[in-house]
Amino acid sequence: MNVLLAVPVVVPLLGAAAALLMRRAPRLQQGVAVAALAAVVAVTGLLLRATADGTVLAGQAGAWRAPLGITVVADPLSALMLAVSAVVLLVVQLFAIGQDIAGLSRAMPQVFHPIYLVLTAGVCLSFLAGDLFNLFVGFEMMLTASYALITQAPTRARVRASMIYTVVSLTSSILFLTGIALVYGLTGTVNLADVAVKLGSAPEELRMVLALLFLVVFGIKAALVPMHFWLPDSYPVAITRISAIFAALLTKVAVYAIIRTQTLLFGRDDITAVLLCIAVATMVVGIFGAMVQDDINRLMSFALVSHIGFMIFGLGLNSVAGLAGVIVYLVHHIVVQAGLFLVNGLIRQYVGHSSLRAMRGLNTVSPVLSVYFFLPAMSLAGLPPMSGFVAKAALFQAAVGAGGWPVYTALAAGVATSLLTVIAVFRVWVRGFWGTPMPDMVEARERLKRGSHLGGLRVMATMTGVMVAAGLAVAAAAGPLSELAFVAAHDLLNGSAYIEAVLGEGAR
Amino acid sequence: MTAPGLLMVAAVAVLYSTGFYLLLQRSLMRVVFGIVILGHAANLSLMLTDRAITLPPLLTGKEGAISDPLPQAMALTAIVITFGVTTFLLALAYRVWLGDANDEVPADLEDRRIGRLSEPEDQS
Repeated sequence: MNVLLAVPVVVPLLGAAAALLMRRAPRLQQGVAVAALAAVVAVTGLLLRATADGTVLAGQAGAWRAPLGITVVADPLSALMLAVSAVVLLVVQLFAIGQDIAGLSRAMPQVFHPIYLVLTAGVCLSFLAGDLFNLFVGFEMMLTASYALITQAPTRARVRASMIYTVVSLTSSILFLTGIALVYGLTGTVNLADVAVKLGSAPEELRMVLALLFLVVFGIKAALVPMHFWLPDSYPVAITRISAIFAALLTKVAVYAIIRTQTLLFGRDDITAVLLCIAVATMVVGIFGAMVQDDINRLMSFALVSHIGFMIFGLGLNSVAGLAGVIVYLVHHIVVQAGLFLVNGLIRQYVGHSSLRAMRGLNTVSPVLSVYFFLPAMSLAGLPPMSGFVAKAALFQAAVGAGGWPVYTALAAGVATSLLTVIAVFRVWVRGFWGTPMPDMVEARERLKRGSHLGGLRVMATMTGVMVAAGLAVAAAAGPLSELAFVAAHDLLNGSAYIEAVLGEGAR
Repeated sequence: MTAPGLLMVAAVAVLYSTGFYLLLQRSLMRVVFGIVILGHAANLSLMLTDRAITLPPLLTGKEGAISDPLPQAMALTAIVITFGVTTFLLALAYRVWLGDANDEVPADLEDRRIGRLSEPEDQS
């Protein structure tokens, strides 16, 4: 079983190498890339099944004993994140292939597939990493791939946006490295389980400083207010497939890292108040930003920032129920956000732009598209019976259970943010989808229908449909999902299962 | 703390402050230099974690006390990563320069545009 732990990292890397060699045979390259990702989906499914009862799997590279060698760990949380990410990565990849077949993308497919697989490997390594330095390497693989991806089909706007994105991410990486240096100086180890044991005897103030430093490091990547400014500036500019995968996954990997470090490494009550304050600021600032936007992708990016706040809110509750709510929220948000950005991509394809001011009557232009937009948008706003409602209900229930006025304040902000999200998405609905379509929109639609794009366009629409259906499936599977989330949350707050799996029995 | 150790601490402090100062500049070249200097600062602070930094390295083959090889390995990895990304940043800065004929970070245009939209929405 433990051999499987290496597969989600190794297979995409091998696939990337193979895809790079096959760049002159596009069909073959697409086949290899899809096969690699399908293998990752299968293996992460197996890992999820093996860890679903709360088991923690640990693999030691080269059989070096734990604090010395490279450790990969899969606990229920990381297995769940891996499985969901793998599925989303595969669907977005198929969407991209459809777009390439349709000949509607100016990105270079030969370059896209290898880098995309490296990104996959980086995401998987970040989820699996059992030591801080490997987590850093995983992040760097993911980020370096994303630097290259965001400049695909470079226009002036994209080059400018990617410059900002790269510089901000690099700053966070350098702070990460500084954090690793400080942890190593304090404990003499970078293995997460070992650090968790040794930090227990470290001075309280130093632990606090480290906890805050790591919160800033991952907070930049997760776009927590006030470190969010780069996200709405860079994500919407990238091409569809890339902004979809960035919005769905990259910020969530950072949220995962926040959860992992804050629960495993640092004391529980250390920074609860800080987390709640950041959560409120992120929710409110993000959604106010979303409400005034004109560009749909930008609007969704601000909504993304705002909803990261919900996850930090759940973490700030510092209870099993709160963390379980965060985990359900993570799954819901990855799927729904990917779906929404894919729909936005289709809109951009049909209309030629994504500005709400020059958009009207999408309902008439493409009824299917409006269904595809409506379902995840309602889910994002948290209306029952969508997955967003389930996730928010879990969080709010945990908040009521926790009690105390700081939590109630944050809860009020959360409820208000949900309502404002409804306004934000309804604004898109009313302005973009209602009314008589603009003549140029109908024309663009006809041109698409007549052209040779139809086959590829069908693949794109189907994949968007799959993503939307996956969002519904999250709601339908809410029962088993929340059970799994409770198991994972229990493991997270307990911590001893993780430490024992890595260091062996009797380590604590 | 020994004298060379103190000197290192001072150097790290100067590097961090210089790096962040340059990072906040408008010119892209200065931003790139800022990143490079910050990378040095992080690598030096990795070396600082070794309390026995004045001892010989692992590779001498002689018996006796050696310095800790792990921070060196981590710094080496970090150097490779920052080196690669710096090259990429330089290429990007060059692209910006080709496009705009200057290397200033421009303002967020979309944000400015929305800020200028003072009329109520339904009149548009």
